[in-house]
Amino acid sequence: MLENIRLSFQGIWSHKMRSFLTMLGIIIGIASIISIVSTIKGTNEEIKNNLIGSGNNTLSVMIYNQGYAYTIDSWQGPPDGFQEVSDETCEKIRALDSVENVTRYNERQYSESIYYKGEALQSVSVRSIDMNYFDTVGYMIRTGRNFIESDYKNFRKVLIMDRTAADNVFGNDDPIGKTIEINKAPFTVIGVAEQSRKFTPNINSIEDYYTYANDDAVGYLFMPKASWPIVYRYDEPENVIVKAVSVDDMEDAGKDTEDILNATVASTQTDFKYKADDVLQRAQKLQDMSAATNNQLIWIASISLLVGGIGVMNIMLVSVTERTNEIGLKKAIGARKGSILGQFLTEAAVLTSIGGIIGVASGIGMAQVINKISGVAVSIDVVASVIAVVFSMLIGLIFGLLPSVKAANLDPIEALRRE
Amino acid sequence: MILSLEHIYKDYIQGKMTVPVLKDVCLHVEKGEYVAIMGPSGSGKSTLMNIIGCLDRPTSGSYELTGKNVLSLNERQLADVRLRNIGFVFQNFQLLPRMTALDNVALPLIYAGIRKRARRAKAKEALIRVGLEDRVTFKPTQLSGGQKQRVAIARAMVNKPDILLADEPTGALDSKSSKQVMELFQKLNDEGVTVIMITHDSGIAGYAKRVVTIFDGELAEQKGETDQ
Ligand SMILES: Nc1ncnc2c1ncn2[C@@H]1O[C@H](COP(=O)(O)OP(=O)(O)O)[C@@H](O)[C@H]1O
Ligand SMILES: [Mg+2]
Repeated sequence: MLENIRLSFQGIWSHKMRSFLTMLGIIIGIASIISIVSTIKGTNEEIKNNLIGSGNNTLSVMIYNQGYAYTIDSWQGPPDGFQEVSDETCEKIRALDSVENVTRYNERQYSESIYYKGEALQSVSVRSIDMNYFDTVGYMIRTGRNFIESDYKNFRKVLIMDRTAADNVFGNDDPIGKTIEINKAPFTVIGVAEQSRKFTPNINSIEDYYTYANDDAVGYLFMPKASWPIVYRYDEPENVIVKAVSVDDMEDAGKDTEDILNATVASTQTDFKYKADDVLQRAQKLQDMSAATNNQLIWIASISLLVGGIGVMNIMLVSVTERTNEIGLKKAIGARKGSILGQFLTEAAVLTSIGGIIGVASGIGMAQVINKISGVAVSIDVVASVIAVVFSMLIGLIFGLLPSVKAANLDPIEALRRE
Repeated sequence: MILSLEHIYKDYIQGKMTVPVLKDVCLHVEKGEYVAIMGPSGSGKSTLMNIIGCLDRPTSGSYELTGKNVLSLNERQLADVRLRNIGFVFQNFQLLPRMTALDNVALPLIYAGIRKRARRAKAKEALIRVGLEDRVTFKPTQLSGGQKQRVAIARAMVNKPDILLADEPTGALDSKSSKQVMELFQKLNDEGVTVIMITHDSGIAGYAKRVVTIFDGELAEQKGETDQ
């Protein structure tokens, strides 16, 4: 067997050009499949990472008005029956088995009432946060300091900016100590916060996903929850972000939090409701969509494998005819039928396996090129690569069978009479 | 008696015609004999040799090799007989062009299931016996006709068969190389190998101790200096 494999390599090597052409169909087929699979896997991982915040497992439970996310208008009051999320409610949510941490916030998007040196800052949103916020969403203070208890107690007008906001507003200047006006009240910047893990944005909704997908993302200003009423209103209903214990807990965490929060809403309120993100479901839908289109491509690639297999059979048949003498001689000196069959099958399998390996390598290369050119995420699937090589070997065995049987059945007298 | 052919007939079917190629051939060879089968082209020499070599089956007759009725053996058993009991030498050498002399000689040992290291040792030994110890790594294209035939003889002998079967072994050689090959056959025969050699050349046949002639498929013992 080992001897056969060694001889096969020798034979393939001594016919480099022909062997390569024989393998070409297999190489193309396997390369296309591997690059497609890499793209599917890459896209899926990207969707999953982005939507469910890889390792962060946070999701938001927000107020919805008949299916649309609700954002408060300064001039239009908050919906009836809603209050701030109380400390007590927060503790209830935190007590859930599926929940690791919880925070609540208020938000004004694209507020026109934020100024720096008399210039309106339109690309920043402002949030009021409690002391759990940064821990929950996975932010770290990069420069300056975090909010402390006394900031809340004393209603201090202090701000922490995220990196995007800091870059947008101050560029290369140090933001610490600068004053930003919110609704005419001067707030002092005390820190800059950033995602603690690089390249895994904290995505709480599909909207955030698109926001993060864009480079010109909205920046955030954070102020202590206690200071919010200074510039906006009392008793504004808040949204909640929960950090689930694991990805698998996210659905439960969302549902249970939703229930706890909705129980605090007055029963007269029918239009507005707390609703948790169904991020997992969304991720699944997006993944299914990308898989469906790519599955068709795999079928097309399989046809090229079939053609490749037929090519192998064709060349092997020619090779058997060419090597009639060799086969006859081997039989004359005592090779059994099985030995000849084994020799040719091994040759076919070795040939297509090499083709498979080259195909996997070029598929990986192709995936990288696709990634460079179109920016589509790719991820190499080791299992798929191994399966591809094994599958190539099977193609060799299947399509090599007919030529091998033909070789094994050659009449040695006829074979030796030739030349 | 190492080999005994009794009333061997071989017919070829050519369309609707039956062409008899061997007619009532009887041949008995003792162990250690050196027999030449001589006859003109087309007389049926190769056909007879293929039957003796278990590559072909007669249409009728009986054939015993080292006491075994080989006509009752199946294909797989026949392959083993060719492997263990018979060594072939052909007119056109039949060396595999991509392999070195050593690998060509070692080829039958692969089918005998011998491990690589032992194969190389035995093949080398066989090449030494035919006087080619300095051509071990040469490929067939780098060897002269006589050297090629000696490699082929080494290959035929490497499994230590009972019978060396040679079909026109000097047919493609010049007289000097032919002489060398004949000396080699003589040496092997002296060492106890039974040699059956086919030739159309009476000069070559003269090297054998016993000559049988075949003419139009019929075998006849040649009278002369032989002991029969
Ligand atoms: N496969 C075959 N089919 C038909 N006739 C054959 C076949 N093989 C050999 N013959 C015929 O048998 C005869 C003897 O052939 P062969 O044994 O090769 O002769 P030699 O070796 O003495 O020259 C020839 O006439 C040849 O044409
Ligand atoms: Mg002949």
